[in-house]
Amino acid sequence: MSILVGKHTRLVVQGITGREGAFHTKQMIDYGTPVVGGVTPGKGGEWAFGNVPVFDTVRDAVSATGANTSIIFVPARFAADAIIEAADAGIDLVVCITEGIPVMDMVLVRAFLDSTHTRLIGPNCPGLITPDEAKVGIIPGHIMTKGNVGLVSRSGTLTYEVVYALTARGIGQTTAVGIGGDPINGTSFLDVLQMFEQDPETEQVILIGEIGGTDEQMAAEYIANKMTKPVTGFIAGQTAPPGRRMGHAGAIISGGEGTAAEKIAALIQAGAKVARHPDEIADLVASNLH
Amino acid sequence: MNLHEYQSKRVFGRYGIPVPSGEVATTPGEVREIAIRFGRPVVVKSQVLVGGRGKAGGIKLAKNPDEAEQHADDILGMTIKGLTVKKVLVDPAADIRKEIYLGAVLDRASRRVTLMASSEGGIDIEEVAAKTPDKIVKVAAHPFLGLKPHQARILADGIGLPKDLTNDFIKIAQSLYQVFVSNDASLAEINPLVITGENKLLALDGKISVDDNALYRHPELVEMRDPDEEDASEREARRYGLSYIHLDGEIGCMVNGAGLAMATMDIVKLYGGEPANFLDIGGGAQADKVAAALRIILSDRRVKAVLINIFGGITRCDEVARGVLEAIGTLDVRVPFVVRLVGTNEEEGRRILAEANLITGVSLADAAQKAVAAAKGELQ
Ligand SMILES: Nc1ncnc2c1ncn2[C@@H]1O[C@H](COP(=O)(O)OP(=O)(O)OP(=O)(O)O)[C@@H](O)[C@H]1O
Ligand SMILES: [Mg+2]
Repeated sequence: MSILVGKHTRLVVQGITGREGAFHTKQMIDYGTPVVGGVTPGKGGEWAFGNVPVFDTVRDAVSATGANTSIIFVPARFAADAIIEAADAGIDLVVCITEGIPVMDMVLVRAFLDSTHTRLIGPNCPGLITPDEAKVGIIPGHIMTKGNVGLVSRSGTLTYEVVYALTARGIGQTTAVGIGGDPINGTSFLDVLQMFEQDPETEQVILIGEIGGTDEQMAAEYIANKMTKPVTGFIAGQTAPPGRRMGHAGAIISGGEGTAAEKIAALIQAGAKVARHPDEIADLVASNLH
Repeated sequence: MNLHEYQSKRVFGRYGIPVPSGEVATTPGEVREIAIRFGRPVVVKSQVLVGGRGKAGGIKLAKNPDEAEQHADDILGMTIKGLTVKKVLVDPAADIRKEIYLGAVLDRASRRVTLMASSEGGIDIEEVAAKTPDKIVKVAAHPFLGLKPHQARILADGIGLPKDLTNDFIKIAQSLYQVFVSNDASLAEINPLVITGENKLLALDGKISVDDNALYRHPELVEMRDPDEEDASEREARRYGLSYIHLDGEIGCMVNGAGLAMATMDIVKLYGGEPANFLDIGGGAQADKVAAALRIILSDRRVKAVLINIFGGITRCDEVARGVLEAIGTLDVRVPFVVRLVGTNEEEGRRILAEANLITGVSLADAAQKAVAAAKGELQ
């Protein structure tokens, strides 16, 4: 078992003929991910990588291939429409890699998605990977090993760093999920923790957070009250300077300011172990194994 | 990107929010002339992109043109939180009966634009929020509906606004919401919104911050950018698509990915060093971008060692290595480099760098410890 992506995944790539889209599609195919089609407006009827059909719209791709998952590599100014298009076409899981989408676009996209059954991962994320089954994103496949640790993270390369250390110690993973670093995203830490809690193969979970927002604090509440599996946390940005503040609104909206210290305290309070630096995460995970 | 007070109030004015008829000046002489023309007491206000100007002595009331000129002379050139004042706004002094707070911001938790109001506006609003949170009233606008009149009325009632001002307040609150969404703001704030002696509402201060990712669709806002908002190296970094923030430490950091960059700074600090910067070269950086990043890091004379931490995914270690070589070949490098390359094409990257004789780290912790030691001159 695993979460979100696996043997059942039938993937369509939005932006398959672009530079990034083409490069990563090749990697996903090489990893063994079932890529059933691609979408590039104006290029419908062509083929990519010899045997992957290209369509003008996601709707066409879904009706011809039965795709259930999409991944988005289109430029930021077109990405919001691409997400909505995928949801309109009935896609179950949309993974948006694109970074730099205007926040107000995401406010509208999230409100729209709430009226559909579609789940969004990202944007501004490395996607997700279930070792030996499916890679939907840009996480390097060769650093992953099959196993029993679930991983959820707001940061891309920091995820690679941690997976690499786990694999080096022979500790495998169920699924690694990058939820992205933007202020408004499709799937939160809390959502993913709930899925790992339900997944019979996942025995423990790593949560990699960052400064900003209160997503980690909400995850901590769930860890304290509902989670039975051990959680190891890390929060990046402990030394980040506060920055020049313009108005007062940021400070009075939520009471908290989203500092690393607040988040670390919340996780420890919830019973999670918190690493001081990334290399320590694998040590803490290993200590849960015995 | 942040707008100055005078720019923000011009935007407010265009959306129908009542603002004073002020003018901008760069010399005490101009300020004097403006004060003479207004023919009444004025307020001389420093225009720098940071909050809390009043508390820092950057806002002064002048009863006559002589005083206005004197205040301008004091304020122009003064430093507020590290920023030099180059411009002042001269506004007619308002007869203030009450100061109110009204602000719009995105609430990440509810994913909605939220309007907040308080009867205790003015320069101590943060203290009010911390000590008496019940004095802050909030409503969240549904993205498909916008801010509805009844929501603005809830704010008006919640702060005990006199009933005869409710309709004007509703218009202002709805306009502020429009300012926010139409300009892709991340902040739109009026503090204070005052009730004047003539029983009118007037926005005395304005702050707008704009989402950088949305600037492509707001060319008129881009034109308002104050180049002094960033220092020269930050501006240079933006030209290359690098995300760079200058700090005060001695260890220059070059990393790919924002999360890993922050974690790298954290670990430098953990081992007793101070990061000189935050620098994320982004995904898939080519050699020329890497060389530019190193040039920017080395232009900071305080840097005593450089820590390069790359986890290749889309970014290729051989490209990074070529960029490092290019930088070493063309720049006057006076400080030790500690390099850690892992991931895509790491062997090729290490081979390219072997001839340069740099210090290498096997793990992030190892590299960080070596960088701290190198900065102290304990490692060559
Ligand atoms: N035109 C004016 N007439 C009279 N008083 C004024 C005027 N403009 C500002 N003030 C007074 O100066 C105070 C501070 O001014 P303002 O809010 O513009 O600057 P600020 O200190 O930068 O604000 P903030 O703390 O919100 O960053 C106001 O609360 C108000 O009491
Ligand atoms: Mg103010």
